[in-house]
Amino acid sequence: MLNGKHITLGIETSCDETAVGIVADGREMLANVISSQIDIHTEFGGVVPEIASRRHLENINSVIDMALDEAGITIDEVDLIGVTYGPGLVGALLIGVAAAKAISFAKDIPLVGVNHMHGHIAANYIEHPELEPPFMGLVVSGGHTNIINVKSYNTCEKLGSTRDDAAGEAFDKVARVIGLGYPGGPKVDKAAKNGDKDAVVFKRVYLEQGSYDFSFSGLKTAALNYINTERQAGRDINVNDVAAGFQEAIVEVLVDKAVGAALEFDQKRIVMAGGVASNSRLRELISERAGEHGIEICAPSPVLCTDNGVMIACSAYYAYQAGERSGLDLDADPSLEF
Amino acid sequence: MKTQFKERKINIESEEGTEKFANFLAENAEPGDVIGLIGDLGTGKTAIAKYIAKALGVTETVSSPTFNIVKEYRSGRMPLYHFDVYRLPDGESLLDIGGDEYFEAGGLCVIEWADIVLSVLPEDTILIKLEYTDKEGERIITIC
Repeated sequence: MLNGKHITLGIETSCDETAVGIVADGREMLANVISSQIDIHTEFGGVVPEIASRRHLENINSVIDMALDEAGITIDEVDLIGVTYGPGLVGALLIGVAAAKAISFAKDIPLVGVNHMHGHIAANYIEHPELEPPFMGLVVSGGHTNIINVKSYNTCEKLGSTRDDAAGEAFDKVARVIGLGYPGGPKVDKAAKNGDKDAVVFKRVYLEQGSYDFSFSGLKTAALNYINTERQAGRDINVNDVAAGFQEAIVEVLVDKAVGAALEFDQKRIVMAGGVASNSRLRELISERAGEHGIEICAPSPVLCTDNGVMIACSAYYAYQAGERSGLDLDADPSLEF
Repeated sequence: MKTQFKERKINIESEEGTEKFANFLAENAEPGDVIGLIGDLGTGKTAIAKYIAKALGVTETVSSPTFNIVKEYRSGRMPLYHFDVYRLPDGESLLDIGGDEYFEAGGLCVIEWADIVLSVLPEDTILIKLEYTDKEGERIITIC
């Protein structure tokens, strides 16, 4: 406890980032430490993903210490530990889970395992203090593309997900094909601003009528085919136009399905999360289309869109309030579903 | 694998051809087998992996593992470990994430972008190279 407030420490190591966040009473952010943002002077320039479990292991203790410092508290003032236990890369998840269990055991602090995807949605509770369920969730990142009907803090129903590539992955791969490099999302977003979205039109893939699933792998092939055809014909490729056309093909499908789901399930709000939620065209088009139906849009700031520990702390807090507890037998579940 | 491959080339002209080829791989697969897929973006590596999963009886949606590096599926006749090492710099980094433990976990490993991690793959890995031809949709598959 700190000044009468409940303190939760959240640990996130499901993929590239070693991240720790601390919140007071579930929603007030006291610390947010993310490894890729502190290791900027490493030999790789901080852009190479921290994939190796070994890196998580090297990082975890110092990231926890830095978060405690940032929040100005000691571990003894922490009332709850939240940790991502899936989905993700098993070796990476295990580091976070083991660290959380060790602290929980040593300091006798309650422990709650958090689903990474629930965490992404919870990032919005930090950013928007007045936000409460129910709402429609759209989680779009390098690894996930989901539409989720969020019924309460702890009850979510997955309505649809990608059948092949995630939206963020499609951005990365097409960015590589057209020579924009990594990270693809921000680069395509930027190039698209100087391009004509109607100059090169890619097919929108909606799948079966009424489906909330996505398929983006065909877009990658379509972009490749377009570029090969143009090159063979000896024509120059306008990278900005290709970026704009490709981005529009992804964004329009995301928006149509998210707005469609909100209307079908009578939700007045769409809450976005995940790295792709930072895409400026996605924010613009979804605000426009949702606005036509009186649906409100929420999205976190870019730092809370990508993987972080604050969202895990927040999600753990609400699970704990609902009576959830994890034991020391908590195990990583790489294929954890919603 | 029950079947010993000698190096050979196969032409595949359609999605059905890809499925047939994947079925053949799945039917002959035994626990502990490692299949490495090598080919550029869009040559159909994930398509082959998806059809192998289907032929093994996997009921979950097999989506791209690029972000997570590996996804596990346990609903088929043997576990399927579907790797995509696109984001890894080299073989060593596959060992760093415990990748080699999957090779002996009693399932079938299917590894996309296997050329990146060639140095740490088991000797009896079945390598499958996928290449475009001039005809749209057609692929040449080389098994070695």
